[in-house]
Amino acid sequence: MENLNLILPEIFISLSIMFLLILGVFKNDSSKITFNLSLFAILITIIITINETFSVTRETLFNESVVIDSMSSLMKIITLIGGFLVLVISSTYLKTFKIYNIEYPILILSSILGMMVMISSNDLIVFYMGLELQSLALYVLATYNRDQLKSSEAGLKYFVLSALSSGLLLYGCSLVYGFSGSTNFDTISSQLNSEEYVLTFGIVFILVGLAFKISAVPFHMWAPDVYEGSPTTVTLFFTIVPKIAALTVFIRFLYVPFLNLIDQWQMIIVFLSIASMVFGAVAAIGQTNIKRLIAYSSIGHIGYTLAGLATASNEGIQSSIIYISIYVVMNLALFSCLLMLRRKDQYYEDINDLSGLSKNHPLLSLCMLLILFSLAGIPPLAGFFAKFYVFKAVLEQSMYFLAIVGLLSTVVAAFYYLRIIKIMYFDKEKDKYDTDHSLWLKFSLTVSTILILLYFIFPSQLIEVVSRINII
Amino acid sequence: MNFPILSSLILLPTIGALFLFFIKEKGDNSTIKYVALFTTVVNFLISIYLWIAFDQSTSTFQFIEDRTWIKGFINYKVGVDGISILFIILTTFITPLCIISVNNSVKNRLRDFLISILIMESFMIGVFSALDLVIFYLFFEAGLIPMFLIIGIWGGARRVYSAFKFFLYTLLGSVLMLVAIISIYWITGTTDVVQLYEIGIDIKYQNLLWLAFFSSFAVKTPMWPVHTWLPDAHVEAPTAGSVLLAAILLKMAGYGFIRFSLGLFPVASEVFTPLIYTLSVIAIIFTSLIALMQEDMKKLIAYSSVAHMGFVTLGIFTLQQQGIEGSIIQMISHGLVSAALFLTVGVVYDRMHSRLISTYGGLVSVIPKYSILFMLFALASLGLPGTSGFVGEFLILMGAFKDNFLVAVLASIGVILGAAYMLWLYKRVVFGKLLNEDLKKILDLNKSEYFILSSLAAPILFFGFYPDPLINTIEVSVTDLINMHNTNIASK
Repeated sequence: MENLNLILPEIFISLSIMFLLILGVFKNDSSKITFNLSLFAILITIIITINETFSVTRETLFNESVVIDSMSSLMKIITLIGGFLVLVISSTYLKTFKIYNIEYPILILSSILGMMVMISSNDLIVFYMGLELQSLALYVLATYNRDQLKSSEAGLKYFVLSALSSGLLLYGCSLVYGFSGSTNFDTISSQLNSEEYVLTFGIVFILVGLAFKISAVPFHMWAPDVYEGSPTTVTLFFTIVPKIAALTVFIRFLYVPFLNLIDQWQMIIVFLSIASMVFGAVAAIGQTNIKRLIAYSSIGHIGYTLAGLATASNEGIQSSIIYISIYVVMNLALFSCLLMLRRKDQYYEDINDLSGLSKNHPLLSLCMLLILFSLAGIPPLAGFFAKFYVFKAVLEQSMYFLAIVGLLSTVVAAFYYLRIIKIMYFDKEKDKYDTDHSLWLKFSLTVSTILILLYFIFPSQLIEVVSRINII
Repeated sequence: MNFPILSSLILLPTIGALFLFFIKEKGDNSTIKYVALFTTVVNFLISIYLWIAFDQSTSTFQFIEDRTWIKGFINYKVGVDGISILFIILTTFITPLCIISVNNSVKNRLRDFLISILIMESFMIGVFSALDLVIFYLFFEAGLIPMFLIIGIWGGARRVYSAFKFFLYTLLGSVLMLVAIISIYWITGTTDVVQLYEIGIDIKYQNLLWLAFFSSFAVKTPMWPVHTWLPDAHVEAPTAGSVLLAAILLKMAGYGFIRFSLGLFPVASEVFTPLIYTLSVIAIIFTSLIALMQEDMKKLIAYSSVAHMGFVTLGIFTLQQQGIEGSIIQMISHGLVSAALFLTVGVVYDRMHSRLISTYGGLVSVIPKYSILFMLFALASLGLPGTSGFVGEFLILMGAFKDNFLVAVLASIGVILGAAYMLWLYKRVVFGKLLNEDLKKILDLNKSEYFILSSLAAPILFFGFYPDPLINTIEVSVTDLINMHNTNIASK
């Protein structure tokens, strides 16, 4: 008998989704209660995940097609916390656009479910199932503000490109299956050897598909449009939560089935990493829409996480996970600021709307200042440590070129972060924004900013948690 | 001594800044100013105590604090030796003067300005007391944030351009140093400076690592040809910002050269000495010539800073006792003199709102007190005997003559040029006919300005006539540094 307790979080969250759907059908005007219940469901899932799986070193279920290990439980917890915070700060925004409906929390829950399945997958089919579940939910979320043309456009673009990448991924999976005779990651790992040239195609297709999902250059084209068009809260969701899941799968693919083929994929990852870092930094310079700018900056940040993966070492993987965790906090904080730029039921997202913010809203702009400097990787803020760990791992493998290109692109990237700070602090002020923000929004901004600011006092804790992850 | 005196030096200004953060800005800003002033004066007193308690007879680091920070990787380690203690005192001495001087030059958002300055002070003391490469880097880079804001928010017309230039130039220089620091960790297994001094770094890595550190320090010093951010940043920064920049920020790189480039990479330092000599001599002569042609007073002083820092780098890499001691004294003296010069320019700028030399002339007949003090600082800047500027320059040239005759001769030309631009500036501003009608109404120094300038004049004269307290403090540490260097070279 399988130990079903290990997948209790997934079971619980799917039951909650069904229950909420039924509730939505039978009860009129149930959006508020759906929101609260889904928040509650996520909280309980977090508790279950911590209780049931956090201490597990490595266990497999269902003919080894699902794996529970320290990486999967940690990433699930980050995903859930991310999902929770996105949901909790969404309400005001959604109400403003009159899209405060029951579908929103349910879609978020389903995509989270898909991601949790992805994170735990140890089998090509299970992985693909999870991927599609999360993607379908995300397509709908992108178009969620259906009265706006841009939102529909974003959803459609996302759908077409993402479907294409899923197709590539599937093709790659079938090639890999053809050579290994199995869909199980562990079996694939023992069956594959680098003699087969066609197999390289399979690996490349899978990596391309995954690169699409995390929007690494040169497969990033969808990101700026989708990020700009989607409702801001959904953009926030896009920039953090799916990236965690996709990164986990990326790690899993590279270091379980393809572990013996490092020579084949290492160069690809290094290329993806360098291209993303450089392009993300350069392309963001000309942007005027903050959401587009964040899209490019997130492309750059993905480049740094990939740099950690390219090292083929446990330290590298750990540093990537640290990077993505800190990145989640920074992005959450940045979007909380963005959601505060509201005046008379209208949200502002152009860079110039920030002009002179520091005079009217000193605290908000101070938070934003810290967040931006942290994103730029200036010590002693958290963003510096994220980059520091990654480059420490990269230099351990003597990959000097990668490290130097990466650090030089941080200088370029610093330019556009500075530009925002310049607009906030050095330019003339505009009208005041509303200050009646929801308590949760203030809470998430305060907590994440404090985490960013004071991370340097207790840097060891995060490392200790992450150091339990030993994939290789 | 268990009390963490260095950490409290580092933390105290930040705590003061935190206090300021919670004080509401009201009509008169006296509370805010007093809190800031109180914090920095206390800090100064602590640092004076540090100097008294400091044991001058040994070159080992004192007041060491060593705590685990990132387990198994980095320790929070601070400590001082004869070299760093002087820079700490310079920092704590200049900062309160900056705060007194903001009276006139900073009109809006005084509270934010003082917070920036206090935080800046924390970081700078951190730089001078860090005994771990990563901790050093942390403080070194963190200083960019407050300085960027000081230039950008309170600066003059082209402030945005200058702030960006300052930030990006220095960041670009520093990231390579970060690569080097992490590489050192992987090569030797530690980033603790004291341990690294003992272990030494393999010769085959030294050249590249030295260059990486150099790229950062050269920008910060600033050395020719990467000095171009400095005049822009200086001209656009408010007076207090220029003072901090010239007096203390520029010293971080000189200190870095002594502590890290010489200490960690002795062989490479030897190899690259010709490079440093060339760049230093170019800096001394070339920027002195540029300074001659300036029409903006602040810009002239900024270029003179580059020339003076050229002397400093020259002195450090003579690798002679006199040269290095001279460099340290030159840095301290330049800290005092350039601070004083920027403040003197600030005084007339506050009254006339012009930095152009042509606006002025004949000041001596309207504001005599000002003219006398200005005279003193100008003479100290050109290195007249009896001022602290002379001691440093003289020792550096002595060291240089021992090591390389040609370089020393060329550097001496710089001394003459220095006298030329400084005296010409003084002549055009203070002497001559009073042509500008507005100048007739100009007021002489008020009490606070008088106080600031004379408290800068006192140490300049004192150390000019009696440099022993400075030399005694650094002597043992420098001798030890040279000995360590020579044994390293001998054993290669």
